[in-house]
Amino acid sequence: MDTAVTTPLAAPTQARQVSRSWGQWSLRAVALLYLCVMLLLPLAAVLSDGLSGGLGGLWTDISRPAAWFALRLSLWTAAVMTVINTVMGVLTAYVLVRYNFPGRSLFNALIDIPFAIPTLVTGLMLVVLYGPQTALGGFLKTQFGWEIIFAPTGIILALLFVSFPFVVRTVQPVLMEIDLDQEDAAATMGASGWMTFRRVLLPALAPAVATGALLSFARALGEFGSIVIVAGNFPVRSQTAAVYVLSQIESDSQHSASAMSVVLLAIAFSLVFIVDLIQRRQEHGEAGR
Amino acid sequence: MRHPNGILPKLLIALAMGYLAFLILLPVAAIFQGAFAKGVGAFFDALLEPQVLAAFQLSITLAIIAVIVNAVFGTLVAWVLVRHDFFGKGFFNALVDLPFVVSPVITGYMVLLLFGRQGWFAPLVEATDMKIAFAVPGMLLVTIFVSLPFTIREVMPILREIGVEPEQAAHTLGANSWRTFLRVTLPGIRWGLLYGITLTLARALGEFGGVLVAGGGISGKTETATLFIYAALEERQSIAAYAVAVVLAVVSFVVLIGMEILRQRTEITQ
Repeated sequence: MDTAVTTPLAAPTQARQVSRSWGQWSLRAVALLYLCVMLLLPLAAVLSDGLSGGLGGLWTDISRPAAWFALRLSLWTAAVMTVINTVMGVLTAYVLVRYNFPGRSLFNALIDIPFAIPTLVTGLMLVVLYGPQTALGGFLKTQFGWEIIFAPTGIILALLFVSFPFVVRTVQPVLMEIDLDQEDAAATMGASGWMTFRRVLLPALAPAVATGALLSFARALGEFGSIVIVAGNFPVRSQTAAVYVLSQIESDSQHSASAMSVVLLAIAFSLVFIVDLIQRRQEHGEAGR
Repeated sequence: MRHPNGILPKLLIALAMGYLAFLILLPVAAIFQGAFAKGVGAFFDALLEPQVLAAFQLSITLAIIAVIVNAVFGTLVAWVLVRHDFFGKGFFNALVDLPFVVSPVITGYMVLLLFGRQGWFAPLVEATDMKIAFAVPGMLLVTIFVSLPFTIREVMPILREIGVEPEQAAHTLGANSWRTFLRVTLPGIRWGLLYGITLTLARALGEFGGVLVAGGGISGKTETATLFIYAALEERQSIAAYAVAVVLAVVSFVVLIGMEILRQRTEITQ
């Protein structure tokens, strides 16, 4: 971004301008080359392999029972997680922003734990807590016939753990900017707490909530480390899409692995695209106000 | 912010805290209990096994290299994306987020598709006798890939906020580009950069799916700390698996505290 400043001392400044823009050009080239080599090239490799048999070939690979089951399991567990995570995330963000209570800053810091802990360790924690041989896991199984490990419940718990910060951390800053006065005004005019929430807070929060929910859903679809520990690797029982990709790589079925990868990438890209649209509309709205 | 007067606010707080305790703190407590179930001695014996030490060494090496590469190139990419205007900038900006949404398994698979036996670069790999797939270099590529966005995403907003004026002022005063960067730009972004590095480090140390696929998890060769846990679980060495997991969890806590301190610093300086 060279500014065209014309000075009387044109000669030396101009020379520096030229050498500087050469430097700028090479910096830009290095940066973009880095992104191309590290991100675009690997992406191209997966897409071209997955689409080498055309969309028909992709469909044949995806419609196999094990693949289809894995994809559906990933989608529905991620959807359940997203609903719970959205409700609890908004509640947590609201409590953190609106109320002052003892232990608030510690509570706030603990929310980031899932960002820091390796997801494999998360899976292990859940197995240690709810596994069939543990006190709690054994109790739940014998008393209620409720299996958590190697079952969808375990997958949902793992997904809830790893994606907990997403909604909280996207809603929190937006909530901070909404004036308490607006809520108070609604309350003095006789609106109930629920009404205030629905009419005042929810419309303002909706874009942030949608962003957080979609991102956590996208994150959950690709989740692997915690799920492979919690749910194991049993086809047509507890195998999710990402674990399915691993099993296909291990059994040298490159086509099935690539096909599932392409489907997962396509879903993730669409979600990111929607998030981008929401954010642009949001910025637009703010600029117009 | 206000004090929670009345029953409903107190109920909401209790619900939020109870959820966090159930979802996150309870499992964390369980693994600590599991790791020390056979005593402190057994815990440390498990950690001092040569295989475990080698795994930690590989994890740390990969993480440090990933941090250096992503700090240098991340700052450069952030700077170019903020200060330059060019065709396709929006595309590259969106591309940076790719690692956030790609499953780590697919990341590892990408390395195999590029450098494996039938990969795009198979002839090159054979000619140079350089092992990348099922070896440490492939795992390094995965680690760099998964932790690539963090520094870029932390540094970009700060660069935007600082604006071009300080850099232009330094230029007008006769400083060359490199000097301007060292004396003006870098001090401005340092806390954000450090925050990004911390996130990069945590992500790199915890990487599992990608390094499993790209490296194959060969004991003593391509086994990181997370891969050791996976292998130990399959061999039913639960104490060893729990002990390594606890160390990784403790490191995460330390990283978390560092993040919290850095965040407060960035808030003060901005």
